[in-house]
Order: sequence, then structure tokens, then C-alpha cells
Amino acid sequence: MIPAPFAYARPTTVDEALQAIADGGEDVKVLAGGQSLIPVMRLRLAAPETVVDLTRVEGLRGVREEGDQLVVGAMTTHADVLADPLLARYGQLVVQATETVADRQVRRRGTFGGALAHADPAGDLPAVALALDAEFVVVGPGGRRTVAAADFFVDYLTTALEEGELLVEIRLPKLGEDWGVRYEKFNRVAQAWSIVAVAAAVRREGGRIAEARIGLTNMGPTPLRARATEAALVGVDVSMETVTAAAAQAAEGTSPSNDLNAQADYRQHLAQVLTRRAVAAAAGL
Amino acid sequence: MTQINVRVDGASYQDDVEPRTLLVHYLREQLGKVGTVVGCDTSNCGACTVHLDGNAVKSCTVLAVQADGCQVTTIEGVATGEGPTATLHPVQRAFHEMHGLQCGFCTPGMIMASIDLLKENPDPSDEEVREGIEGNLCRCTGYQNIVRAVRQAAAEMSGQAADDPEASPAVVDTAAAEHVAVQA
Repeated sequence: MIPAPFAYARPTTVDEALQAIADGGEDVKVLAGGQSLIPVMRLRLAAPETVVDLTRVEGLRGVREEGDQLVVGAMTTHADVLADPLLARYGQLVVQATETVADRQVRRRGTFGGALAHADPAGDLPAVALALDAEFVVVGPGGRRTVAAADFFVDYLTTALEEGELLVEIRLPKLGEDWGVRYEKFNRVAQAWSIVAVAAAVRREGGRIAEARIGLTNMGPTPLRARATEAALVGVDVSMETVTAAAAQAAEGTSPSNDLNAQADYRQHLAQVLTRRAVAAAAGL
Repeated sequence: MTQINVRVDGASYQDDVEPRTLLVHYLREQLGKVGTVVGCDTSNCGACTVHLDGNAVKSCTVLAVQADGCQVTTIEGVATGEGPTATLHPVQRAFHEMHGLQCGFCTPGMIMASIDLLKENPDPSDEEVREGIEGNLCRCTGYQNIVRAVRQAAAEMSGQAADDPEASPAVVDTAAAEHVAVQA
């Protein structure tokens, strides 16, 4: 199908983009890579009055280093992420999850910021951003503010972005060589969404786990942290027994949906299995 | 209507399009580039894959206005020359020779995605081919020969690089050239 008619704005600066959003009427949609928005518009599940296309906005694309953080521009494409030397060195969890996003063509257009702002609970990147305690830099008519990942994902397809605001960059901690990471994704066929996935980052000190960060994809209306498992891992000796015992708590506090792919109880089972695998791999087992 | 300037398969076009026009519809209906097909309308099948500034994209999931100022290459633009004397792209030729198609509907997208894959990974394993073109679906399920075709094309394309005159012994070239000249 063809999308319903809309007015189209193609700003070249962030200020122009904010103005275009302000001038766009009641129902404005921001187009980043368009790999979720255009399909939804084609199905007429969305019929915005105005589409503000960020593709030509200067300065929103690319990755840079700032102290102990990596700053990823919201319009950095998934393909850019996979080719970026800074992310290759300090952001392997993002890289591993991005490799599993959709397919080659979609990764050429789809963007890091777009995927996060879309906040699909089955999307791969929100759980990674949550696990890493990413900071979301947002600009709007009221100026610039930073939102913690824990506050950014509010509900199903809903973020802390207010009307008229724009996500411009995402700040991630640089993970050094003492960290191990793994993104474990379960789906059935090529290019499918995650039925469940687990993002794990583990910092080892000698034979013990000093810190664990675990994000869950598609285990509720927003990405979630496996807090009980994280707590159970701190200070333990690294072994399959300790990891398995901690992973058994991975589904605590989750509220996954029932759908054609899986029932909720099966998703909770998957969360435990995938957490065990992800943590074991991240811990070097 | 929004005016766009776009270069498609080496020719420049200036057209007015509605913002909601998908790139694939612009290519097919305004430019007559019907070699690029619409397979699914849900961004899954990859049959509509074209190159936008050199990168494979699903042209059903790009607006025509977004191609303004860009270069588009469709399946109709990958061969060298035109008509019966055209030289097929090595990937096209390999799909032909390895019978990498059954009904042929997915083939334009398969070829455009494969060219993109080989640009990034000139010597993919079977598994890397399967993952590299996961965005393209063949409803005939003829994947075995598609994988063989992509690998044959990879071998041929890297072979061409080895045929670089600087890499070949000059004496052999001279002998061959004389022989050819006599025959002509």
C-alpha cells in the first residue's frame, strides 16, 4: 500500500528540525531511518500530518569519544555502528546486538537513535542501552536535557520524549578489557524480531564477578533489567554452577506477553536459559 | 508535489513526486524501471532491493523524495552496455550459470543484495552468504543454487582482480596477442 498523504519537511540543522516539528500541526512524525515508520505508514497504522525527515540534518551521525563515554549520534545507521572503530573497541555489546537487527538492507537505513526512540519492546537496542545505563540527550523548545535509560523507556512504544522534542545523541560508558559481553537472541527465522533476547555485560576481577549488567528484550512492555540475577552474580566465583543459579532468577519481575510466537511462561523460561548462556559467555566460560 | 533530481542507472532525471511516493513506485511507474519488482509490501522480501548511493536498500521502504540528489542503481543498470551485446555483471552471469533462480521474481533483489555483500566481503563462506542475503526471500526456496551462484561470482570477481595485467607474466600476454591477431 501507499502511505496516506502528508506534508514533508527536510531540515538541515537541529534548530530547523525543531521548528519543523513545531510548525507541523497536530500529528508530526520524525523520520530517522524510516525502517519502522514507513512500513507502519504503508499499512496506514500511522497517517501523520507532517513527516520531518532527519536524514540531511548535519552533525547527528557518527561516534565520538568524550572522556570515559562514547557519544553516538542519533542518526548513526546500524551499518555505521558495525563499521565504527570506537564501538568495535569499547562498545561490543552494541555491535553484537546491532548485527542481529533485521537484515543488511534495513541496517543500511535504520538508525541507532530511531530504534531507541521507537522503543519497540522486541527491538534489540533498547535492552542494550538499558543494561549499559545509557544517557539520552534530548533537545526541544525548552532546551537540552539528559534522560537516564531507566527513565527513557516508559511503556509500549512510549518514551520520555515530550511533544516537540528530538533525541540527538546517546552516551554510553566505554567498556574496557576487564568487561566481557554477549547478546543472546532467540528467534525462529531470518530477519525476525526477538522472541526473547538477553544483553549481558560482566566485569571480572580475577576468578570473581565484580559487576553484572543484564538487559532483557521483549519480557514486558519496555526493556527490563534482570536485577535479581545481577545482584546474585556480584562477588561469586565464576563457574557454570553459580551462573546457572543466578540465571534462574532472570524472569523475576517480568511481564512478557502471549502472542503467536510464544506464551508468557515460555518467554520466562527462555529468559533464564538465554541469561545463563549470555552471562556464561560474557564471563568467559 | 516536491521536485527531485536523481540519477538512475547513469541517467539524470528531474521529476515532481508526492512525498508519500515510495522509491520503488517512482522507479517503476514514473521511470519505467520495471526490472525492480514489488514482492511483499511489508519490507520483508527484498525483491525491490536497489543501491542508493552504492548501498543496498529496500526501495519499498525509502521515499522517493529521500533519493533527491542521490545515485540509484537498479538491476537494469548493473550490466555493461545495452541490448544483445551487453556484458552481464558477474553476479548476474553466475545466477544464470548456476541456475540461481526458479520463477525469477526474487532475482533482481537477490542480485542487488549479493553485489552489496560481495563489496563488503569478497570471499564469503556458504554461511556468510546465507546471512548476508537474509533480507531476501525466495518463495521457490531455491536457496542452494543462489548460494552457489554468489560464491561462483565471488570467485570470478576475485579472479578478475588476479588477471590484472601487472600481476600476469608479460611474456604470456605477448604470445596470446600475436595468435589472436593472426586469427582476426
